[in-house]
Amino acid sequence: MLTAVAIAVDGLGFAAWLFLSSVGLTLIYGVMRILNIAHGGFYALGAYSAAWSIGLYMQTGSTVALTYLLIPAAAIAVGLIAGLLIERGVLRFMYGRDEVLMVLVTYALFLILEDVTKLIWGTESYVAYQPAYYLGTIDVYDIPYTVYKFLIIGVAVLCGLSLWLVLNHTRSGKLLLVVIEDREISSALGINVTLFFTVTFVIGATLGALGGAITAPEISVSPGIGAEVIVMAFAVIVIGGMGSIGGAMIGAIIVGLARAASVHIYPPAELFSIYLVMAAVLAIKPYGLFALAEGRKI
Amino acid sequence: MKTLLETVKLERLFGAVTAASDINVRIDAGEVLGVIGSNGAGKTTFVNMVTGYLRPTSGQILYRGKDITGQPTRDITRLGICRSFQIPQLFLELSALDNMLIALTVAKQKKPVLWRPAISPSLTDEAMVHLARFRIDQYADQEVATLPQGIRKLIDIAMATVSDPDLLFLDEPTSGVSADEKMHFMEVLINALKATKTAVLFIEHDMEIVEAFSPRVIAFYEGTILADGPTNEVLDNTKVREFVIGSEFHRKADEAEKPSREKGEK
Amino acid sequence: MTHSLDRTEISLLIGLPVLIGLGFILPEWIVNYIQVSLGTGLVALGVMIQMRAGLVSFGQGLYFCIGGYAAGLAGKFAGISDLFVLLALGILASVSISFILGFLLRRYREIFYAMLSLAVSMILFGLLSSIEELGSTDGFNLPAATYLGWAPQDETAKHALYVATCIPTILCAFLLNRYLRSPMGYIGEAIRENELRVEYLGTSAHRAVHIKYVLAAAVSGIGGVLWALALGHVDPEMTNWTTSGQFVFVAILSGTGNIVAPLFGTFILEIVRVYAVELSPNTWQMILGTVMLLTIIFLPKGLWSLIKKSKSASKKGQKRSEIIAGGE
Repeated sequence: MLTAVAIAVDGLGFAAWLFLSSVGLTLIYGVMRILNIAHGGFYALGAYSAAWSIGLYMQTGSTVALTYLLIPAAAIAVGLIAGLLIERGVLRFMYGRDEVLMVLVTYALFLILEDVTKLIWGTESYVAYQPAYYLGTIDVYDIPYTVYKFLIIGVAVLCGLSLWLVLNHTRSGKLLLVVIEDREISSALGINVTLFFTVTFVIGATLGALGGAITAPEISVSPGIGAEVIVMAFAVIVIGGMGSIGGAMIGAIIVGLARAASVHIYPPAELFSIYLVMAAVLAIKPYGLFALAEGRKI
Repeated sequence: MKTLLETVKLERLFGAVTAASDINVRIDAGEVLGVIGSNGAGKTTFVNMVTGYLRPTSGQILYRGKDITGQPTRDITRLGICRSFQIPQLFLELSALDNMLIALTVAKQKKPVLWRPAISPSLTDEAMVHLARFRIDQYADQEVATLPQGIRKLIDIAMATVSDPDLLFLDEPTSGVSADEKMHFMEVLINALKATKTAVLFIEHDMEIVEAFSPRVIAFYEGTILADGPTNEVLDNTKVREFVIGSEFHRKADEAEKPSREKGEK
Repeated sequence: MTHSLDRTEISLLIGLPVLIGLGFILPEWIVNYIQVSLGTGLVALGVMIQMRAGLVSFGQGLYFCIGGYAAGLAGKFAGISDLFVLLALGILASVSISFILGFLLRRYREIFYAMLSLAVSMILFGLLSSIEELGSTDGFNLPAATYLGWAPQDETAKHALYVATCIPTILCAFLLNRYLRSPMGYIGEAIRENELRVEYLGTSAHRAVHIKYVLAAAVSGIGGVLWALALGHVDPEMTNWTTSGQFVFVAILSGTGNIVAPLFGTFILEIVRVYAVELSPNTWQMILGTVMLLTIIFLPKGLWSLIKKSKSASKKGQKRSEIIAGGE
């Protein structure tokens, strides 16, 4: 029973992190058909911004409570600045080009972002643990967990719900679903596809940055975390189906639980739990659980 | 006449949609027949199934008496059944000649070859001959993406014939060809194919073409076959007139023989 | 069928003795760079031949690493240092693993192919990084190469290894060029353009991709062995996707027009990297990224197109094929 609870909580915690780290990527792909490798760069920028600003703030000696505002603030700042610069500055000249080409473009952008991060914050690690511990710990079946972990789970659920609500129950959201279906018809219908692209990219970038920002207090932020998260995010969206937010959520939960299970039951498999899940899913559904449908070609 | 192809109760469902049902068709060697039907009637689905692109939900496809149901496209091509497409499926960035060279290379390669060069002067000559057969050799060096639709369709058909198939399916060969060129286009096409005694089934929307070039017609409607027989009989069939070609359709034979027949007759 | 040699193959045959000769004439530091780039250049070749079919492998480092570790493990645990045996082991390991993985990867294209190849390479990364006996992320060292019993020392050893690197590399380039001209290689471009049509012409696109995948793996494995011997060291970074990304970068930069282009491209990259990292270590990736963007936008067929002076330079509305294939 203890193990089951441990697996459940650990699993959900990891799932929340996975979801937050990959939802931006799948959103951008779904709408714009761009596999954005620079997503890793947004994550890193978000992590660095949050860690740095929390560190600065803590030096003023004020209450830790307000650092929780710095996290979304950092994410939004990164999303707006980096997201707009990249979308308006580079990507918009390349819409409609081949998907693989776009991967190469975003990979080039990722390389640039990596060094931008280094130029701004150097190569040493940043640590900003305060928000993670301020809320204390809570015992579940005698296992202590930081309340922060549950906060992350909450944020992930909130994100997922908001996205679902916006997409399915607001006018803009429904228009976005139309753009996802068919970009050409959408613009023929008078939908401002360019605007949707810009807004989507900024939101996707913000979500990527949020993943990094919210994780920053739990880790030592250093160069290379962007490259690492890409691998995880890819695996999750492959499992869930590229472009599907619901798929990302379910994929994240499956992988989270699988990893937690292996940690508690068979530790050597931990590293590969994500790939095992991916292999299992692809064996049954070659393009992921909720892959977008494709029309008839001939 | 030898039966080349026979389908037995072919059926294809897509969830709740019946794209094809109870399709029984027989094609003999050297035959030329037309297939008509409105969009969504199941014509292309039929071709897709017979050429291995789509697996039938039930039913059988027999080629020269042997069951080929469910075999992949590439094997069916090797057996002697080829097809051209509604939207020409070409290698757009390459030249017309390159397209033909690829088709020839594949046709001649029985097992994987990794050593010998694929292109040789004799192969290039052969490719040019194939292009010339359809009167498009002057476009050999042009990139396909820059060629007009009619030429693309001919390249598409030329590629489908390099392996000298016994049975050729042409999916709307004249769609995209301008109205005043259609007849000539089909003439060139059918003559080239008759010379090699290839059995041809072509899907068409233009009834004049159907009348002029096929002695037999099959009419599809909502996934089933409405009629199958000599062209004038099928085009006179009341159900075909109601569902497929419209009762307003004036056939040249009608106009010549019975000038008094009026519009609006049901 | 003729067995004629084309221009590239002749150049390679002439180039080999020239290349070997240079190893004795040029200063040691240049020779070192040439040697290192020959090994990694082979991996870039592996990426390039896949790109001809429209497949971008973001995990080619997998086989680079497999080759290197095959040589390393043989050296470390079995005391094998004979170059020929190590090459054979590297090829065997790469070919067997790629043969199996090929069954999975051959079914995917475009983005999925890129992501899956990345994922698979990272599986090995995770695995090797966690094995203590192999030095985890630090890797381990290899003994110096020997040649059928002959164990040269110092200067002679350096020259011997240089020659022993040139020959397999040029040979691989030659064989790959033959492959690209053969029917199997030729239809690679057709697969990129319209795979459905390829199937309808009567051949299996999946099988062609599988063969291509295994060839690329074999060549990358050889590159891994040669690189490992040159450095005397292997580590899991060889299979990190960031390393694979560099091979992709070289393939984009040099273009897929000619088999020697990636070799030159790798060499240029090595030289530029050393200076760039010395001048400003935190901008190296930025430079790479910018150059890559500029290449994609302005020189879609890579730098090789400058040498070739291709006629259709300024076409707006690029398609992937302009970048991921040059075709000669």
